[in-house]
Amino acid sequence: MQPLSEHEGVIIPFNRANIDTDLLLPKQYLKSLEACGFGDFLFDDERYLDPGEIDTPIASRRRNPACILNNPPWDKGSVMLAQANFGCGSSREHAVWALRDFGVRVVIAPSFGDIFRNNCFNNGVLPLQLAQQDVDTLFTIVQSQPGICAQISVSERRLRIGELELDFELEEGRRQRLLQGLDEIGETLAFADRIKAYENMRKAEEPWLFKG
Amino acid sequence: MGAQTLYDKLWARHRVDELPDGSTLLYIDRHLLHEVTSPQAFSNLRLAGRKPWRLDTSLAMPDHNVPTLSREQGVEGVSDVIARQQIATLERNSREFGVPLFPLNDVRQGIVHVVGPEQGLTLPGTTLVCGDSHTATHGALAALAHGIGSSEVEHVLATQTLRSRKQKNFRIQVNNRLGLGVTAKDLALYIIGRIGTAGATGHAIEFCGEAIRALSMEARMTLCNMSIEAGARVGLVAYDDKTEAYVKGRPLAPCGAHWEQAITYWRTLHSDAEAQFDRELEIDAAEVRNQVSWGTSPEQVAVIDGRIPTLDQARDALQRADWERALRYMGLEPGQPLAGIPVDRIFIGSCTNARIEDLRAAAEVLRGRTVHERVRQALVVPGSGLVRLQAEREGLDRIFKAAGFEWRSPGCSMCLGMNADRLNPGERCAATSNRNFEGRQGKGGRTHLMSPAMAAAAAVMGELTNLGSF
Repeated sequence: MQPLSEHEGVIIPFNRANIDTDLLLPKQYLKSLEACGFGDFLFDDERYLDPGEIDTPIASRRRNPACILNNPPWDKGSVMLAQANFGCGSSREHAVWALRDFGVRVVIAPSFGDIFRNNCFNNGVLPLQLAQQDVDTLFTIVQSQPGICAQISVSERRLRIGELELDFELEEGRRQRLLQGLDEIGETLAFADRIKAYENMRKAEEPWLFKG
Repeated sequence: MGAQTLYDKLWARHRVDELPDGSTLLYIDRHLLHEVTSPQAFSNLRLAGRKPWRLDTSLAMPDHNVPTLSREQGVEGVSDVIARQQIATLERNSREFGVPLFPLNDVRQGIVHVVGPEQGLTLPGTTLVCGDSHTATHGALAALAHGIGSSEVEHVLATQTLRSRKQKNFRIQVNNRLGLGVTAKDLALYIIGRIGTAGATGHAIEFCGEAIRALSMEARMTLCNMSIEAGARVGLVAYDDKTEAYVKGRPLAPCGAHWEQAITYWRTLHSDAEAQFDRELEIDAAEVRNQVSWGTSPEQVAVIDGRIPTLDQARDALQRADWERALRYMGLEPGQPLAGIPVDRIFIGSCTNARIEDLRAAAEVLRGRTVHERVRQALVVPGSGLVRLQAEREGLDRIFKAAGFEWRSPGCSMCLGMNADRLNPGERCAATSNRNFEGRQGKGGRTHLMSPAMAAAAAVMGELTNLGSF
């Protein structure tokens, strides 16, 4: 996982609530066996005028000129700005992989789907939660200055856009995880003795949950 | 320790340790795997040279991406090359790592959330996870169950634990009884309509009250299944006599002395009388009527004999814009009556509504009737091979086929349209599934969510219709 500490990038505004994971990455791309290579399919239904499958050459597809992701400077944007309940719906981590592979490292919204939010932290993407009024302010700024960049400091938990500076909340454990890009499984396995001891207790008290 | 909610009890029981990062290491008893969200987890295990912590806790089966026709040849018979590769990869990974597997041509194969309870893999008092958001289904058996991403699938395989953060407690108490013909699906849609798709985000919902006690186990599964559509990863129903009767005798359920020991513990799986909830909602079941969705979010619902709201009913400009966008996509008008909207396809299936009681309810409506000529396709996709077999024993397949339905083999099918069962752009579907998102059932497809009986009635009339006339 790529660490995330200081980041600067163009804000991609999607002024809509309830952007679900089906919209972020449609089902046909879930046929992949890989955990990368989804960037071209982010917002696929809106990004292309023709339907695509996982093996359709991207060069052959018709891009929708009205989709912000197809236009500079947003095609190189890395900070998505959206309304409430971003990432609701299915648990597909592929939705986060699509954002990450497109280049998005930060998503700013008033709220997130629970599973999506967890998946973000497991892939070095920051789901940056702000109060509704702050999100509305950001939309106003982005509207008047299209293509404006945001600077995000995970270490300081601070967001800067032009003159505006906002502090955001981020649990310490998750902040460290983003900063260091840690291997969570390796860390958990350091607790293997605790897990085994717990397991033995359960085996004694609920033997029906264990075979043999 | 003071009074606890059911969720508090399940959480405390599975707590292994508190971690330095502020999360809790939670032990996972049961793990369901399918072909779509597991390949990356297995690949990473292989790369890191890791092995699954335990093998007797998991069960794998293909469901999301499987064809619902021509299944006799198993994976070799899958004509979609990419799908075949994904299904074959699951079967190969399961064998390589020693994970129990129901392959494609096993009669026990089906949608993970139908098969888990059916096999007794899902047991009261357990934690159960799966790389699928509808894992909340299993909460109907007083199990702490929720969806996870692929990184977490890998974490559970490698460590038998999850790094978890406790949710808040949300009690939804449903008083009185649901009326005749009003189902758990109607109740689920009604609740989501009231609190919204983010209404329970960050919470574990416990459904309780007279109406919930009166629901069958399968109906409780339908209700818990849709918790995620209200934003809650976890939906729960307390253990009771119905749970006990349902679990008893299942292939993987305890028996003999273990059974006696188990039920003694399981009977404690309810919220204490004095337990405190962070949020509460009371609903009068008698007020709940047959629901149908009109938009592209499960919160956009109305009663079948009602109308789509007008834009001035939106609470703010953002919601108004959402509604306008949804109606444009759906090809509908504000204020339009729902009954009478013509449909092109019917889908009876999914982890929400593909159990035997669902098929019985739909067949009851279809008995002696036929699918309207306007309907291009009517599909019924049983939730598992065993549900299919049971339905055939009861002659339900003959009723469906006589009415003009196609009787298919189990899988997620047109709920998410990963396989060949999809809507074409602009096609309208009466569906018993759980999501009506844009493009969910196929690019440009238009989904109306409803109960199995309502979908059957729509098939007969060729339009959304009030069940009252049946």
